[in-house]
Amino acid sequence: MQPPLLQIEDLKTYFYTSNGVVKAVDGISYSVHEGETVAIVGESGCGKSVSALSVMRLVPSPPGKTVNGKVIYQGNDILKASDSEMRKIRGKQIAMVFQDPMTSLNPVLTIKYQLVEPMKLHLNLTEAQCVDRAVELLDLVGISDGRKRLDDYPHQFSGGMRQRVMIAMALSCDPKLIIADEPTTNLDVTIQAQILEVMEKVIEETKTAMVIITHNLGVVARYADTVNIMYAGKIVESGTCEEIFKNVRHPYTEGLLQSVPRLDARAERLQPIPGLPPDLRNLPPGCRFADRCKYVHAKCTEAMPELETVSDSHVSACWIKDTIGVKS
Amino acid sequence: MTTKKQPPTNKTPLLELRRVKKHFPVKRGLLNKTVASVKAVDGVDLAVYGGETVGLVGESGCGKSTLGRTLLRLHPITDGEVSFNQMDVHSIKGKDLKQFRRDAQLIFQDPYASLNPRMTVGSIIEEPMVIHNDPANKKERQEWTAELVKLVGLPEYMRHRYPHELSGGQRQRVGVARAIALKPSLIVCDEPVSALDVSIQAQVLNLLEDLKSEFNLTYIFIAHDLAVVKHISDRVAVMYLGHIVELANSEDLYNKPLHPYTQALLSAVPIPDPVLERTRNRTAMEGELPTPLNPPSGCVFHTRCPMAIDECKVQVPELKDMAADHKVACIRAHEWAK
Ligand SMILES: Nc1ncnc2c1ncn2[C@@H]1O[C@H](COP(=O)(O)OP(=O)(O)OP(=O)(O)O)[C@@H](O)[C@H]1O
Ligand SMILES: Nc1ncnc2c1ncn2[C@@H]1O[C@H](COP(=O)(O)OP(=O)(O)OP(=O)(O)O)[C@@H](O)[C@H]1O
Ligand SMILES: [Mg+2]
Ligand SMILES: [Mg+2]
Repeated sequence: MQPPLLQIEDLKTYFYTSNGVVKAVDGISYSVHEGETVAIVGESGCGKSVSALSVMRLVPSPPGKTVNGKVIYQGNDILKASDSEMRKIRGKQIAMVFQDPMTSLNPVLTIKYQLVEPMKLHLNLTEAQCVDRAVELLDLVGISDGRKRLDDYPHQFSGGMRQRVMIAMALSCDPKLIIADEPTTNLDVTIQAQILEVMEKVIEETKTAMVIITHNLGVVARYADTVNIMYAGKIVESGTCEEIFKNVRHPYTEGLLQSVPRLDARAERLQPIPGLPPDLRNLPPGCRFADRCKYVHAKCTEAMPELETVSDSHVSACWIKDTIGVKS
Repeated sequence: MTTKKQPPTNKTPLLELRRVKKHFPVKRGLLNKTVASVKAVDGVDLAVYGGETVGLVGESGCGKSTLGRTLLRLHPITDGEVSFNQMDVHSIKGKDLKQFRRDAQLIFQDPYASLNPRMTVGSIIEEPMVIHNDPANKKERQEWTAELVKLVGLPEYMRHRYPHELSGGQRQRVGVARAIALKPSLIVCDEPVSALDVSIQAQVLNLLEDLKSEFNLTYIFIAHDLAVVKHISDRVAVMYLGHIVELANSEDLYNKPLHPYTQALLSAVPIPDPVLERTRNRTAMEGELPTPLNPPSGCVFHTRCPMAIDECKVQVPELKDMAADHKVACIRAHEWAK
């Protein structure tokens, strides 16, 4: 296999607040290969967005700081890159679709300006060529009257259309990697399906790699090659999509899968995960999931389990991983 | 495994909607003249029987919340009639209206916005009892409040906490406790779990189910997550642009959807199983949702329907029985109903 396009090693990003240190991302490692779609899944507040912002070096600082780790993109650690090198990477090499389109689309600038300016910066094209490309991109994401709508402002678009404009922007400079943070959360399933189909098609055609952050397990099942399950700042299980869904080896992942009602099955009663995630300012010494885990052992509250091999394409951080999910 | 209830067709419904319309005027200019109207709910018939859960699904803006608020008389009705216990909800007064305000409650989507930030959890839950002076005795009210706190699974000490000190799931439990404080018979749950993480969502869904059997409640359950609605509902109504296009018991609706819109909606929901999900057939749906300011003629869905024929542009389909406990508003439904 080729070396990965992006390799994250022991990344830690903390927030230094008056109430203590929030360990939002606390030592995560994963890699993304060319053309691969990697999903990051986990409950609200577990550090998904902060991990993505850390890669882009967009964590608000202060109070945030990436205190440890490497983000190796095409062989170079971008945590060490200069600001001007970073500007060349953002948008051109790695593009991001943010969780909330209204925070990243500028309300006082036209869609045309926002689509065309980055292309003028990164691509060797004339203004007219950039405009043509903008129209093509809008068409690609399902906005067919793009040329007419170029002079519109973001508020003149519906939520779903703004999200598609964001995706067109992310695609505009032919990035090698797209990081999409909840690109379809809060959208209707119909629009979600349209947007994800578009992204999948483009990614396949251009061999773009993607990191998709979501808490929708259905979306993961449909689009991901590899899945990282995050809990309280850590990756607790990681593997191919098949392995994660069909051979679960972490109680948290199992809990997630069992707590969602499914369209294709009938459950009389859901099995929720009891309790709440821990406070990231005051983490327990043992496994962070221990107090919600139905399999908890004495060891679990004493020492933190590290990610260990389940198979070639599957790791889990659980002291009793070998007994989880195995039908007896 | 217990089977879900069939609606007892011989019984009179607890709640009945007849040709219900709710239009919002759009006003412009200096004279504030009405220039158009948003047809948020545009002729809905629905009967809800005591003890059942009826789900309401459909895309954003299709009129789910408006329908819920109209049937609760949280705003005036434009046309049609809502009857509850055989009383016309929009014309009752005095004692009857007061009783209706107790019997029919609402649980909101947003547990953050719907709780008064300056009140403790205990006083939020107690407030409806104070308003209706029932129980009149303060000590009894506080005992029932403590009981409710326990019923919704909150620790006792949370009675003295404020909403900002609670998690989303805990706040939603407070909303639930408040809604059942006066022992209502009907609760409209408007996206009660949409803002919650899946693990917490399952906790709240189980709670709603437990309370339903404990207090013999009837739910109208609004959500855009079709799997959640299927899980909790006995029957499901699918809405599109202010109309109910299909109404059936939840297994039939999901197993043999008859309206092309329901089919498209269901096939857009990704299933958390990579093998199934990657081999499924999908029904495509074109274009964007039209605006309820100017809905299409004939069948409102014809502009996006893969099965539409010329007639669909002119003929307004009636919501008709296609099979037992299965109503569809589509002039072609009989072609694929068998
Ligand atoms: N600016 C900040 N100051 C302090 N803490 C922060 C800040 N930004 C994020 N955090 C904390 O970092 C943790 C991780 O946040 P993050 O936004 O990455 O969560 P997430 O997994 O993306 O959640 P969601 O699914 O809700 O988007 C949270 O506990 C959050 O409260
Ligand atoms: N008070 C109001 N004044 C004017 N228009 C309104 C008002 N309330 C709702 N509408 C409009 O009525 C239509 C239906 O809105 P409603 O909130 O009932 O939809 P919904 O199905 O609940 O959507 P969502 O899933 O987004 O909650 C929308 O077009 C909305 O903009
Ligand atoms: Mg996030
Ligand atoms: Mg609504």
